[in-house]
Amino acid sequence: MIGERLYRDVRLGVKTLLLHKMRSILTMMGMVFGVGAVIAMLAVGEGASKKALDEIRRLGSQNIIINSQQAVENSGQNSQRIRMNIYGLLYADLERIQSSYDTVVRAVPAKLIRSEGRVAGRSQELRLVGTTPEWFDLVQREILAGRQLLDRDVEQNANVVVLTEHGARKLLAGRTAIDTEVLINQGYYKVIGVIKSESTQSGSMQTPDQNIDAYIPLNVAIERFGDITTIRGNGSRSRELVELHQLIVEVDKREHVESTAASIERMLSVFHPKGDFRMSVPLALLRQAESTQRTFNIVLGSIAGISLLIGGIGIMNIMLASVTERTREIGIRRAIGAQRKQIIGQFLIETVVLSMTGGLIGIGIGLLIPWIITIVADMPTVVTPWSVMLSVVISVGIGIIFGMYPAMRAANLDPIEALRHE
Amino acid sequence: MSFDSSQRSNSDTVISLEQVWKTYRMGDQDVHALAGVDLEIKRGSFWAISGSSGSGKSTMLNLLGCLDRPTSGVYRLEGQDIATTSDDELSDLRLSYLGFIFQNFNLIQQLTVQENIELPLFYQGVDASEAAKKSRSLAERVGLADRMGHRPTELSGGQQQRVAIARALMNDPSVLLADEPTGNLDTATGDSIMEILTELHDQGKTIIMVTHEPEIAAHAQHELVMRDGKVASITQNNATAGVPA
Repeated sequence: MIGERLYRDVRLGVKTLLLHKMRSILTMMGMVFGVGAVIAMLAVGEGASKKALDEIRRLGSQNIIINSQQAVENSGQNSQRIRMNIYGLLYADLERIQSSYDTVVRAVPAKLIRSEGRVAGRSQELRLVGTTPEWFDLVQREILAGRQLLDRDVEQNANVVVLTEHGARKLLAGRTAIDTEVLINQGYYKVIGVIKSESTQSGSMQTPDQNIDAYIPLNVAIERFGDITTIRGNGSRSRELVELHQLIVEVDKREHVESTAASIERMLSVFHPKGDFRMSVPLALLRQAESTQRTFNIVLGSIAGISLLIGGIGIMNIMLASVTERTREIGIRRAIGAQRKQIIGQFLIETVVLSMTGGLIGIGIGLLIPWIITIVADMPTVVTPWSVMLSVVISVGIGIIFGMYPAMRAANLDPIEALRHE
Repeated sequence: MSFDSSQRSNSDTVISLEQVWKTYRMGDQDVHALAGVDLEIKRGSFWAISGSSGSGKSTMLNLLGCLDRPTSGVYRLEGQDIATTSDDELSDLRLSYLGFIFQNFNLIQQLTVQENIELPLFYQGVDASEAAKKSRSLAERVGLADRMGHRPTELSGGQQQRVAIARALMNDPSVLLADEPTGNLDTATGDSIMEILTELHDQGKTIIMVTHEPEIAAHAQHELVMRDGKVASITQNNATAGVPA
């Protein structure tokens, strides 16, 4: 019953609007472009930030990453021809973190060594990552062939290596990867597995370090390479002693991440007064990026909101003119027995039909623009469902808000005066 | 709908006015458009109201049509005093008890003949199929059954007025109010409209018609002449169904 009435009312509204097609189309334009702008702007904004957020998210929102970094040096040491830099995280730090925090699920160490791998005359720069099998639990990568490092590799002190897809292709050039022996720093390492390279799907930039990683057991790395690295510079040599380059700490719950990070930082500061480590908390970065995104959205949203407001005012203007033009009709309806609220309903429905039709066309445009931008400018765009739903709600809302005043004007006309109107 | 036909009183009196005044404030002067009108209109009677311009006949019609309230006095329509009714209730009274016929037809241009006729039932919330049935029978009655899909602009004046009559009958009103129904029509067409009204009266409808043409007023049973907001005279016509065949 109510549905049938509404259907009749809407049909009447559409019919009336179709009497002045050009006027209705022009009136809708404000809404069309307003809504189109809202969706397109949000899609572009969302696309820009999604990539950054994804990268941060991949680091793991429950993880804390601690990197070794060279402390600020004393100028006195600079004059030495051959010097030894001792800095960074210690094996003892790993022990301390593992043993003293209830909230820490695991702490995974990584020792990074620049080296070179050789297979049958081919050579390729590699970044050896000495780590534990747990690394593969923390940083989840698809295993393309073979297996990841296992505890027994550690126990057996096995000379085994896991390559990335990219590294394997460069080094082995089509040869079967598994069980091939790779010569690294005078030792042979058996390839036991190949994992997917970590590269972003959009393929914008390839970070070479990550692509030529080669994972070996930590104890093997310590035994074979030691902690000292020699760096050859311009006529000088410098040496570094770094026990661990990176620690990834996994915390049991998201809520504990920040407090645990702060606590670990305090503890490490006691043992590292020079501050030769750097902590990064992906969750904090994520929060920051999200808040930047929010600000961005608010700015874009305000701009789009203003254009919607202008669209709404345009609709109100036309509806006011329409009320004046149709004064007699209003008088007739009132004389027959239409109540004020029925007149209000009639004009409101017309306005809402106008604004909603404009809104729907606007959604079409708002979907089209990001699609074109992605094709033409190669920029990622993401149309979020909520922006589309928001647009529908806003266009209906604008119809009601800006339709209310003209509708009230129409309803408050004196029927006698309205009937006399020429 | 708060007023339905079951509430209609069985009394012979449809309308009664007791000492009705309608006063407008013009600047610092009070103008009495109606100055103490007493009137009783019986069910099934046919009244013509005439009078010179400014005599108060338009005000009278607006009041009888529940488009306006009296400043003082009592107006009862079907036994209900309209002095204290709200705007919505006045609308309901018009929708339930009254049918309007205007000098300039007052059809809504963007609606078809059928939709114009069905308008009162649209506001009564009557089912569409039921409304269609009723509008068809009324259109047949005024001889426009083949014009249901047309727009008012595609019809002659006489046809438009017949659509208006069908629309006014749609809600089975207690009273038909006609404001110069032949004023915009040539004599022949005007006569055909009067024929329909007389026929409706013969079938028992109560009709109140405002006109300034004596020959049109002669169709009514009672001729009421207004002067200076007062009832100047009421004349009884003997030839009630006075249209020669």
